[in-house]
Amino acid sequence: MNETPKPNSFRSGPDEDGRFGIFGGRFVAETLMPLILDLQGEWEKAKNDPAFQSELAELGKHYIGRPSPLYFAERLTEHLGGAKIYFKREELNHTGSHKINNCIGQILLAKRMGKTRIIAETGAGQHGVASATVAARFGFPCVVYMGATDVERQAPNVFRMKLLGAQVVPVSSGNGTLKDAMNEALRDWVTNVDDTYYLIGTAAGPHPYPELVRDFQSVIGKEAREQILEAEGKLPDLVVAAVGGGSNAIGIFHPFLDDDGVQIVGVEAGGRGLQGVEHCASITAGAPGVLHGNRTYLLQDHDGQILEGHSISAGLDYPGIGPEHSWLHDIGRVQYVPIMDQEALDAFQLLTRLEGIIPALEPSHALAEVIKRAASMRKDQIIVMNLSGRGDKDIFTVAKILGMDM
Amino acid sequence: MTARMDARFAALKAEGRPALVTYFMGGDPDFETSLGIMKALPEAGSDIIELGMPFSDPMADGPVIQMAGQRALAAGQTLAKTLELAREFRKTDNDTPIVMMGYYNPIYVHGVDKFLDDALAAGIDGLIVVDLPPEMDDELCIPALEKGINFIRLATPTTDDKRLPAVLKNTSGFVYYVSMNGITGSALPDPSLVSGAVNRIKSHTDLPVCVGFGVKTAEHARAIGAAADGVVVGSAIVAQVAGSLTKDGKAGPDTVASVATLVRGLATGVRAARLVAAE
Repeated sequence: MNETPKPNSFRSGPDEDGRFGIFGGRFVAETLMPLILDLQGEWEKAKNDPAFQSELAELGKHYIGRPSPLYFAERLTEHLGGAKIYFKREELNHTGSHKINNCIGQILLAKRMGKTRIIAETGAGQHGVASATVAARFGFPCVVYMGATDVERQAPNVFRMKLLGAQVVPVSSGNGTLKDAMNEALRDWVTNVDDTYYLIGTAAGPHPYPELVRDFQSVIGKEAREQILEAEGKLPDLVVAAVGGGSNAIGIFHPFLDDDGVQIVGVEAGGRGLQGVEHCASITAGAPGVLHGNRTYLLQDHDGQILEGHSISAGLDYPGIGPEHSWLHDIGRVQYVPIMDQEALDAFQLLTRLEGIIPALEPSHALAEVIKRAASMRKDQIIVMNLSGRGDKDIFTVAKILGMDM
Repeated sequence: MTARMDARFAALKAEGRPALVTYFMGGDPDFETSLGIMKALPEAGSDIIELGMPFSDPMADGPVIQMAGQRALAAGQTLAKTLELAREFRKTDNDTPIVMMGYYNPIYVHGVDKFLDDALAAGIDGLIVVDLPPEMDDELCIPALEKGINFIRLATPTTDDKRLPAVLKNTSGFVYYVSMNGITGSALPDPSLVSGAVNRIKSHTDLPVCVGFGVKTAEHARAIGAAADGVVVGSAIVAQVAGSLTKDGKAGPDTVASVATLVRGLATGVRAARLVAAE
């Protein structure tokens, strides 16, 4: 798998079978094959349809609040004493994270396809909230599958989804986290093939999901690239983002992939350390396998049984990663590194005090990596980090760890 | 087709009745008990055995088969041990075809070539791998056919006439018609719809068509068997195993016997299918 030849462009994937090198593909039950072929056909038409693109842009501007700012973090930069640090402020989007970019795009597809019911899976609840939001905005009934463990630890988001009119179904099979929620969403889809649109939240799953989620999220990187050129007159030296399934990361990475001088780093959840099984570092500590419709790096045992990971951040608590990331790792274009729970927690607190921004625990992982690297970089060098979500949802988790009563 | 699969369908044709295809989960509730179940199946009237390979994330299965897989994995079942079940079974039965059924990842991690060699050596006749549609034939289907192992494909109500030829192209052994959209263990479909669907598939292929999903009783088996070349029973058998376990999930005194009783009943239904259909 390390013999993939270097392509002319890193941005041309996937091929027509949905492959990025050996990764990706369409590993689904026969019942679902006609559905994902339909989706692929509709997506091909939509992406070349000016009316679709303009509706997407309008909603992006007036409903989501795009473009999101590229913010120079002056005090953090001073504090670390090295490279200039910029944040792509996706946490300022409607619903508080990058997830809405993809949801708006996919709900427009669902509408085009004449579907009348939306299903989604969620881990931290950010994608569930974004799905429930667009379902409310477009008048679709919406069912969100969420692991029972996550329902408990993300109670505020569960309430938000219910307020928005979605039905939240707790999934207690397995360990009751994101992967189990995804299994259950797939079971729903296989049962309700005629009227249901499955709104996948991350750049994973069977083709064409990794491609279309990436394309909807690439607005992040496109804007960031223009904004940094305007602010600094040059491209950044380093782009950093956290990776669970990897949609915020591929969204900011993709437009920079062919820029030779830009180093790109994806940050995985190192949890309590990589020695045992209490982490979610699929690339750093996993192996290629097949799950949820695609081949990618997975946390698994020697028998090919999928392991449950652990992360302080529910949004990174998934034993796989989008297939394009697996490919970018294998060909060496993007470097993937782990950050531990404690490092993320320290970064969370530092940013809150220095910049007055409470980040979500997911981008706090990216931030911890930025903190590690910035000081040893020159002052004329530039880092762009995707601040993919805000931390309001995480204050209960953090309070508990810090021993505070709320 | 392998010789065993050929011979079995030829014999059934001569008898003028559909096949009873029985699924059970390898290693549920433990290796020895599931071997006992496997050995009891042919004697109780099963014509073809589907040997379930447990997987941690069975995306197309309902709660009954999910839980069976979890019990098997908790008891230490692995793909290597599931192959060992087949090897042990073959020591006393060299006639009943065995089809392994499950998901791709454990096979992929085992290594496709090694798996196929091990499966041949264990006396496996066919594979049903739920998450490998025809678009993914290069992964396992083509290598399996080259080694002489049947690759049995699922056809579903969403498989329309346009798609059916692609689905049937590299299918061998038999076609498994999943009689409704949904997960395993769902309710029984309308037998008249099933008969229409079977005829539609038969207009595209000479392979036997076996029908599954929702068959629980002898009467179901008779009704579905009247319209098909075979009746697949899965969740009902797995549920019988689950119902026979002790409170702490261990094999009960009647686990093997109660499965055999259920299968004997289903076999009666299958044997009555064509008699009624002929009336």
